[in-house]
Amino acid sequence: MGRKLLLDKAHIEGIRHYDVYRREGGYRSVEKALKTMSPDAVTEEVKKSGLRGRGGAGFPTGMKWGFLAKPEGVPRYLVVNADESEPGTFKDRYLMEFIPHLLIEGMITASYALGSNTSYIYIRGEYWWVKEILEVAVQEARNAGWLGKNILGSGFDCDIFVQPGAGAYICGEETALIESLEGKRGNPRIKPPFPAVKGLWGCPTVVNNVETIAAVVPIVNDGGDEYAKLGIGKSTGTKLISACGNISKPGVYEIEMNISVEEFLYSDEYCGGIANGKKLKACIPGGSSVPILPANLLLKTAKGETRMMTYESLSDGGFATGSMMGSGGFIAMDEDQCVVKHTYTLARFYRHESCGQCSPCREGTGWMEKILLNIENGKGKMSDIDLLWDIQRKIEGNTICPLGDAAAWPVAAAIRHFRDEFEWHVTNPADALKRNYGLANYEKPLEIAVAAP
Amino acid sequence: MADEKKLFTVTIDNITVEVEPGTSILQAARKIGGDVAPPAMCYYTKLKDSGGKCRTCLVEVAAGSAADPRPMPKLVASCRTNVMDGMVVKNITSDRVIDARNGVVEFLLINHPLDCPICDQAGECHLQDLSYEHGKGASRYEFKRRTFDKHDLGPYIQLHMTRCILCYRCVYTADQVTNERKHGILMRGDHSEIATYIEKSLENDFIGNVIDVCPVGALTDRTFRFKNRVWFTKPVDAHCNCDKCSGEVQLWMRGDEVLRVTARKDEWGEVKDTSKGETGWICNTCRFERKNASDWIIEGPSQINRHSVISQGHYENAVKPNETIKKVMGGRDPKLLMNIKDVSEVNQVELSEIKGAATSESFKQLKKGN
Repeated sequence: MGRKLLLDKAHIEGIRHYDVYRREGGYRSVEKALKTMSPDAVTEEVKKSGLRGRGGAGFPTGMKWGFLAKPEGVPRYLVVNADESEPGTFKDRYLMEFIPHLLIEGMITASYALGSNTSYIYIRGEYWWVKEILEVAVQEARNAGWLGKNILGSGFDCDIFVQPGAGAYICGEETALIESLEGKRGNPRIKPPFPAVKGLWGCPTVVNNVETIAAVVPIVNDGGDEYAKLGIGKSTGTKLISACGNISKPGVYEIEMNISVEEFLYSDEYCGGIANGKKLKACIPGGSSVPILPANLLLKTAKGETRMMTYESLSDGGFATGSMMGSGGFIAMDEDQCVVKHTYTLARFYRHESCGQCSPCREGTGWMEKILLNIENGKGKMSDIDLLWDIQRKIEGNTICPLGDAAAWPVAAAIRHFRDEFEWHVTNPADALKRNYGLANYEKPLEIAVAAP
Repeated sequence: MADEKKLFTVTIDNITVEVEPGTSILQAARKIGGDVAPPAMCYYTKLKDSGGKCRTCLVEVAAGSAADPRPMPKLVASCRTNVMDGMVVKNITSDRVIDARNGVVEFLLINHPLDCPICDQAGECHLQDLSYEHGKGASRYEFKRRTFDKHDLGPYIQLHMTRCILCYRCVYTADQVTNERKHGILMRGDHSEIATYIEKSLENDFIGNVIDVCPVGALTDRTFRFKNRVWFTKPVDAHCNCDKCSGEVQLWMRGDEVLRVTARKDEWGEVKDTSKGETGWICNTCRFERKNASDWIIEGPSQINRHSVISQGHYENAVKPNETIKKVMGGRDPKLLMNIKDVSEVNQVELSEIKGAATSESFKQLKKGN
């Protein structure tokens, strides 16, 4: 049984409200930080903890906080990114729905460390009921004196505002989020300048994921060193994984980052195996943007090592044979799923969510979607597969924000690992409309290349 | 000497140039000029915050600076990346850049109608130039192109959204040159469009400048629509006393008719500075209302790049040829077999007198009027 730091108390009756949360030891980290620690000491603990951004990129949080410019007389802002819209990722919603005070507690502590007197939660518009939960929680915290002027007599002022978006995936990109928060069209900004220098209203800003900020609470309570003891190597602490797809027990799991993918997928504590006794065909381990892996590469790396649920192990082998931890949206697909259809679905999503600001993403995502639909409908040509490859190659890395990459990677990985399924769709168009390609060889153990002596 | 600013040395395509700190790679490359300057579809020097969107100006940074000579992993947008001292940039010498640029041009063209034969912008269209250089003869795109309805944005400007490449230049122009922006981008992704939401007209003394900044034929001058191809018209510099703007303009003439008035543009297709050093935006009155040669003091022919199709109409130092027929015919006048004016209505009308776009109907009406 792995240790839980974020969700261990999430299911206590009434924890959504302040009284129960406080009774269970809530807001200790704020007391500790404001009464006994300097802001820099809090940042130092976060650095020591090795906490990495939980939104997808995995950038060390302490380092990000360290980059924040601190010019005299200019306000600084903390913005929590709750615009969780990645297909397959729903961990932040779970956290905010069940234990909203954990996020608010983490925000007060983080705001203290960063010197932010006004902090924002930018929440996805479709999470309207979560926004209401958060607003109740913020008001409760304000009434109890955890927000407002001179908190705990420390002289530190802080207030939190919840701002809903209007339902755009692109507003999860930090600069687009800032634009949207300022009331403008949510187009990503061109970087540099980075938000740490010029962010919200042109002031230094830190944008962190909900889970990242929530993890600040156990880090301050127990100390960064204690947190760093969990997990393996640079993947410290616990991670929320939202598991979905053809598994027996879909849901949000908090894992310590020291278990293998196989254990996570097949043990009864977590996903409980593939549903209905079927076999695993493919899996996207970190949300729709990260490369899809066939079953044989998911459980073991190309070197034959057991793949672990850590940032490093999931990306072992680079994009050729690996994937990414991403935002922790674990999507498992059984033998009855069609990779072509699945890739088309994702391409459609990215076409719909592209902001349309820069040409490769605006035009390329729509083109890929149309070609994939043709292949899926049995109208594809063999040359279409190479054309798809060429389009994704010309989108990737050439766009303003990572949405272009996120749209290109799933297509690239699907062709890289499932090219024979694409070809089967082209050569057997009539069959492709009636049945699926099936499991094929995607589960068979791979031959491990042995280095020449 | 202490006051002297330290200049940054930057090498672009093996050519070294010294520029002031804070200069973008694109501007440094333009200082060198020629092929080294990356194409720019969305960047506009005179518009703050423009650029970075079209991705045609991507370049490879082979060495970040003298202090940190690591290369940048991704191609960067040269219009929005500033030079560092000792930076080494590859533009046309980099295969990666050419490959990416070809890709961007292909993306820009897949939904472009390619209606150049009926587009007023043809001949001075940046997308046309870019396609000649980087486009392919055939498209790999096999699907229906995206289309929009044409919209009249008031009496002077027509919007062809189908041709738009979403460079945002007109949005920045309305923000920065006029006192109120009434149009913007609606929707997102490949269905985003320039719009006024509910078909409002754009009315502002300086809104006509959106036509000048538009790199393609998406925003066209309704007073010039279909009146002539630009390469048949003669650009001349002219000025007038205008109380709203500098009055320094370029007239596009055919014979003594003023067919079109635009701002003066530099070699990169951007609005030039006036003689007083201000940006040469012109007002709507100059652009749309002053269509008589007598309204203007003509300074002389404009300098046009000799590679431009507009310079096909050679008129500098032109000498009217002598009538030779009479000479070879031994003094006899030639016999007129057919007068073109009897056959075609087009040659009987003064184009500049037509209100709105020139259509066959307007020619017929004029003829009746005569």
